[in-house]
Amino acid sequence: MTPLRAVGRPALRVTRGIGAVALFAARGLVGLRPFPGRALLHQIIQIGWLSLPVVGLTALFTGAALALQIHSGGARFQASDVVPAIVAIGMVRELGPVLGGLMVAARVASSIAAELGTMRVTEQIDALVTLSTDPVRWLVTPRLWAGILSMPVLVAVGDIIGIMGGWLVGTGSLGFSSATYISGSWSYLEPWDVTSGLIKGAVFGLVVTLSGCWFGMRSGRGAAGVGRATTSAVVAAAVGILAANFILTGLFFE
Amino acid sequence: MIEIRGLQKSFGAARVLDGVDLTLGQGESLCVIGQSGTGKSVLLKCILGLEAPEAGRILWQGQPLDRAARARFLAGFGMLFQGAALFDSLSVWQNVAFRLRQRMSDDRARGIALDKLARVGLGPETADLMPAELSGGMAKRAGLARAIADDPKVIFFDEPTTGLDPIRARAIDALIRGIVTETGATALTITHDMASVGLIGDRVALLQGGRIAHDGPVAGMDAAPALAAFLGRSPAPRAGFAAP
Ligand SMILES: Nc1ncnc2c1ncn2[C@@H]1O[C@H](COP(=O)(O)OP(=O)(O)O)[C@@H](O)[C@H]1O
Ligand SMILES: [Mg+2]
Repeated sequence: MTPLRAVGRPALRVTRGIGAVALFAARGLVGLRPFPGRALLHQIIQIGWLSLPVVGLTALFTGAALALQIHSGGARFQASDVVPAIVAIGMVRELGPVLGGLMVAARVASSIAAELGTMRVTEQIDALVTLSTDPVRWLVTPRLWAGILSMPVLVAVGDIIGIMGGWLVGTGSLGFSSATYISGSWSYLEPWDVTSGLIKGAVFGLVVTLSGCWFGMRSGRGAAGVGRATTSAVVAAAVGILAANFILTGLFFE
Repeated sequence: MIEIRGLQKSFGAARVLDGVDLTLGQGESLCVIGQSGTGKSVLLKCILGLEAPEAGRILWQGQPLDRAARARFLAGFGMLFQGAALFDSLSVWQNVAFRLRQRMSDDRARGIALDKLARVGLGPETADLMPAELSGGMAKRAGLARAIADDPKVIFFDEPTTGLDPIRARAIDALIRGIVTETGATALTITHDMASVGLIGDRVALLQGGRIAHDGPVAGMDAAPALAAFLGRSPAPRAGFAAP
């Protein structure tokens, strides 16, 4: 009885927690009437546009490092030629979405949690309710959709920049000609490689904004409460991305 | 108009409200006083549905405040929060006009917002400032303008004078009294400032130990033993009973 309870209690709590988050996400996603055009645009700028530099830099260095690794690793079995193809596939399917997602998690989940947490603590969220406005619809909906819509674009840009990073290293120091490298990148790449990465991006965009909103809206009291909410949001977003990536990769490619 | 019966609310093991009974009549101005941390704000939040009480009933116009009734209640409601709770991302006039902009053009809403700002003593030059640029007293005034922007029938004020110096505090009190009298709105003011009670209230209730320990007209409040104990002095001697 006792061991069963020891397992059952936390299991129940986790299940209930997941249920609550799912319900929160559903409420956030359906609040699109009336369409929050201006708020959505504002959030797309905050979440998507302003993340471009960090995602681009991450992709550039990752693509470059990947090219070096595959070149030196591939040399062990005389397969250095595959550098462009593997960089492209690795970036597009895995590293573009995952690393882009993690960078956005650090930047966006924290700022959403801090902003909404501050609003919670200073009673701005209560004030919304007294002004007959649903805080979820007003604050959460535009952020969730901005994450879902922005992240695939960020991933696409990251893919291109990552492949360019590989190209820079490949042509600069690994002895590839520009034309061979580019054709090597394209020839093995299949549409599904790209699409699956973009779908991952959309899911990660939801994971990041959802954890920012969830922890921000439930922030504890005072500055310390906001601090804890911010930390929790980033950790949950990062772990959530890695877990979702594993599940999606399994679904897409097994 | 608002009737609270046996309201209970705990946070963890701490029971904050332990059977609160309170009635707020139409057009009345009720002040609820009590020490810091006695649950005055929690009481407001229970009425507004921002906290869920464990037990007790809250009636509005004789009906329980369920989802639909609360939505109707909030449609004619305004509130001044303790820290003003202005939206950081909106300018002052956009804050004041928040409700209005949902059903009229920005031009008209701005016009009304400027009127309300003038009513609370803020000039048009404040309209385009952001909340972060306001002093504490100005933020309170802007919050007050937002609370009255849509001519509410019921207004709650949560510690309207806390954190203000006595001169600004009395000015806010006078504004609240004026607004409540002009509009005939029903008002519930949370405070621990007795000077405010005298200026704003028709009736005063003391929240202590999770219950209403005193409830009576402001006019006779100096003689009430519970209030006197709360204020840390003996009841004011009444004529004829003066100590030798
Ligand atoms: N969300 C909450 N979680 C835990 N405790 C709370 C919460 N809100 C209020 N409390 C506690 O309830 C008590 C009453 O708080 P409050 O109503 O804000 O006091 P006040 O009478 O000064 O307005 C305090 O002890 C406070 O710590
Ligand atoms: Mg309070």
